[in-house]
Amino acid sequence: METVSVEEGFRGRLSSLYYNILKPILANKRATVGLFILLGFILMATIGPILVPLDLTMRWSERFKPPSLEHPLGTDYAGRDIFQQIVHGSRDVLTIAFLAASFAIAIAVTIGTLSGYLGGIVDYVLMGVTDIFLTIPQLPVMLMIAATVKVSDPVSFSAIIAIWMWAGLARAIRAEIISLRQKDFIEAAKVLDLGTGHIVFKELMPNILPYIVINFVTMMRVAITASVGIMFLGVAPLSVTHWGVMLNMAMFAYGAIYVPSGIHYALAPLLFIVLLEYGAVNLAHGLDEVFNPRLRRYE
Amino acid sequence: MEPILKVRDLIVEYAVREGILQVVSKASLDALEGQITALVGESGCGKTTLIDGIMGTLPPNGYVRGGQVFFKDIDLLRLSERERQKIRWERIAMVFQAAQNSLNPVLRVADHFIETVEAHKRGLSKKEILEKASELLRKARLDPEVVLRSYPHELSGGMKQRVIIALSLILDPEFLILDEPTSALDIYTQSVIIDLLRAIHKEKNLSMLLVTHDLSIVAELAHRAAVMYAGKIIEVTDVNSLFHDPKHPYSRGLIGAIPSLIEDLSHKKPIPGNPPSLLNPPPGCRFHPRCPYATDKCKKEEPPLVKVNGGLVACWLYE
Amino acid sequence: MKESAEMPFIELQNVTKYFERGIMKKIRNYAVIDVSMKIYEGQIIALVGESGCGKTTLGKIIAGIIKPSEGRVLWLGKDIWKLSKKEFKQFRPLIQIVHQDPYASLNPARTVYQILAPVVKKYKNPRSKRELREIIIQYLEYVGLTPPSYFLNKYPHHLSGGMRQRLSIARAIIPSPKFIVADEPVSMIDMSLRLSVLKLMERLNKELGIGFIYISHDVATARYFAGKALLALMYLGRIVEKGPMDVVLRNPLHPYLRAILSASPIPDPKFAGKKRRIELKSAEVSTDILLKGCPFSHRCPFAVKKCFEKNPPFRDFGNGHMVACYLADELPEWVPPWREG
Repeated sequence: METVSVEEGFRGRLSSLYYNILKPILANKRATVGLFILLGFILMATIGPILVPLDLTMRWSERFKPPSLEHPLGTDYAGRDIFQQIVHGSRDVLTIAFLAASFAIAIAVTIGTLSGYLGGIVDYVLMGVTDIFLTIPQLPVMLMIAATVKVSDPVSFSAIIAIWMWAGLARAIRAEIISLRQKDFIEAAKVLDLGTGHIVFKELMPNILPYIVINFVTMMRVAITASVGIMFLGVAPLSVTHWGVMLNMAMFAYGAIYVPSGIHYALAPLLFIVLLEYGAVNLAHGLDEVFNPRLRRYE
Repeated sequence: MEPILKVRDLIVEYAVREGILQVVSKASLDALEGQITALVGESGCGKTTLIDGIMGTLPPNGYVRGGQVFFKDIDLLRLSERERQKIRWERIAMVFQAAQNSLNPVLRVADHFIETVEAHKRGLSKKEILEKASELLRKARLDPEVVLRSYPHELSGGMKQRVIIALSLILDPEFLILDEPTSALDIYTQSVIIDLLRAIHKEKNLSMLLVTHDLSIVAELAHRAAVMYAGKIIEVTDVNSLFHDPKHPYSRGLIGAIPSLIEDLSHKKPIPGNPPSLLNPPPGCRFHPRCPYATDKCKKEEPPLVKVNGGLVACWLYE
Repeated sequence: MKESAEMPFIELQNVTKYFERGIMKKIRNYAVIDVSMKIYEGQIIALVGESGCGKTTLGKIIAGIIKPSEGRVLWLGKDIWKLSKKEFKQFRPLIQIVHQDPYASLNPARTVYQILAPVVKKYKNPRSKRELREIIIQYLEYVGLTPPSYFLNKYPHHLSGGMRQRLSIARAIIPSPKFIVADEPVSMIDMSLRLSVLKLMERLNKELGIGFIYISHDVATARYFAGKALLALMYLGRIVEKGPMDVVLRNPLHPYLRAILSASPIPDPKFAGKKRRIELKSAEVSTDILLKGCPFSHRCPFAVKKCFEKNPPFRDFGNGHMVACYLADELPEWVPPWREG
């Protein structure tokens, strides 16, 4: 049999966590790569701004300086250090991504589970609503909302992004729930009269948890793209250091892409966006391989 | 009688999440020409992996670590994939477990036969192929007119299994390997399939290797049996001896534990304990934790296969 | 068999179940046709038949999981589908189920502890976490999963088929049921481990008085309970022969039972190749015949005209041995194939 720890209580659960979750994740290359990249960014977002002060004084003489020891990523159009901006911007980017993904997941899980488990008219109505959200074109509407409603803080901004992300996932979760619902262990739980609450939270949820986690990571990536996109188009300039805003300024305001020496101003945020998304994609795919038996290349 | 198939010290491993799993550990086995040899064992003992190792049909994370497999005088393990494909189906045919599910649902039965033959480029015309197929189906007590035209989902489980067996014989192989040919079939249909296999064996003197956990099928069909436990072959003997004088304590336990229709079930005893995990097999003889006769030697040293009364046993009781 | 004057615990009255398919629900698939049964406390009933004969559906109807399309299911005289909420809550724990596939019947994302804990909490009212754990351990020991502490934090995929089945059984006995519907409980377990699960069921019946509806396609394992059990043989939705198992197996009367017994492979090479199987015709059955005539008529080598026209009623052959066949007493005397040679 497996050599999983026999101890119970807190130590038992911790070691169970290690053997059943952490170890398989670390054994999977993609997941590990993604995990470390994301951890790096989280580190950057949390303690980065504390370690790296943000100096926004404009020094026109320093503008568009190439990367050097003093300015690892060079300077922008106003002579400000790009690296500092990236570090501070990461906090905004990740906060929005995290919030948006959380909202989207919360809505999707609630609607998907209710719809899948209860069926009938509830399913009919909820899926009707979901379909509306699926068919309305996301980007134009998001832009309109963002432009008209005064978006002043990350929370409402994340909410707007989330509204357009949950629909597909809700349908997917509903499908999972429907297939789980037929399983014998659910029938057994019904015959044992364990109650609907127990069945939904203690029997069904643990089975879709890996699925939710993987989709959370994917949603974060989508939210990043969406938020960067919106800010790039200049629609909701939340903060100066958000990478999308940086891109916007690089592109439109100060013509950095036309000035050869200023190209790093556009490239830097772009690079970090790509890196972050790369990490997210790998983590998501790796987790999928770890937790989804169907994708495993062996067994 | 010469062995048509010789397996010597075969080792097959899988790379799994928890490490390297050695599913077949130095297994040796002979299948004699013109005989039906049974490979008996319970789930997880490695018998399907053994066959996959022989035929080269292991999944991507499985590989043969060592040993030799000779089919007549051809070293199967040293062949290239191309050469192996030539042998597969034309000389050694195989009926996989739950093969009924591997019939292509969008092809008629006739097309299955045509495709199989054409894939091996034997140069037969479609007409000739279908004539041959009809003959085989008739032997299996199926009406070729109806069956050849049908799609798999139009046939019952028993009919599909007979189609599969007929398919395996279309290229006149010299050796047939069957993995659990009667699982998922009801008792009546099982009996029909058993009769079919017996008739095929008789008519063509076809050598067969029958892999199964069902001892009653072994009794009905096989001449010789090799018993597998935890990746090792622990007894090889003729089928009469297996049932009336099993030597290895595991074989004894197995024979003593099968519910049957004929005797009083009250003195049937289950084998205590459970089969070992192949990730951490017990040292020495792998059966010792469950063996009523286990000695200290059994716990430390692995017994080799030795000759006993015309058969082979791997047990220190027969040193 | 003990046909007592007491009231049956569960009684089925002319139960029929069909599933409707197709647009406008025009096509009906009949799973169970006109089954009546009296089930007494502590009884073991072996429901035997090939796959597709309706035994699983019948088992779930008895357990109150599936509602019959026609007919009634009575619990101590009361129709279970007409019970008040309160009464149903009393009824529900009394019949539990053990499924055939021991992997599908256990939540793969839950440990052994997490699988048993909610059931113990509900039915045994433990006063503390400690007591909860102790009770769980007691149940694990009772079903033979020892040492219990080893199993507590294991997931189903760490256990063998036999162990998982024992766990399912442990879970099923916690509500102190009167009956367990065991749907092919050993068919997915290795041969050498089957006996131990059967022995466990026998123990539950002897020590705790739990009755079993033992569903199986294999007469040989059902035979383990001979001497204590009733055999009910099903074919295409109907019960065709029933009675105390030893009586029925000694003198099988229905042609279908004779066919199965004659076709059963015998684990003794002495009998290999001896021609003894009763040959059955292979023909398609129309729904018409299914509903009106004998369900076996299309395959029966002895069938006569009236077999196709009207389903034969049960005929009593003494000792509770009932057979639904017009020709039951005209068949040649039964000599078990393993007696010859």
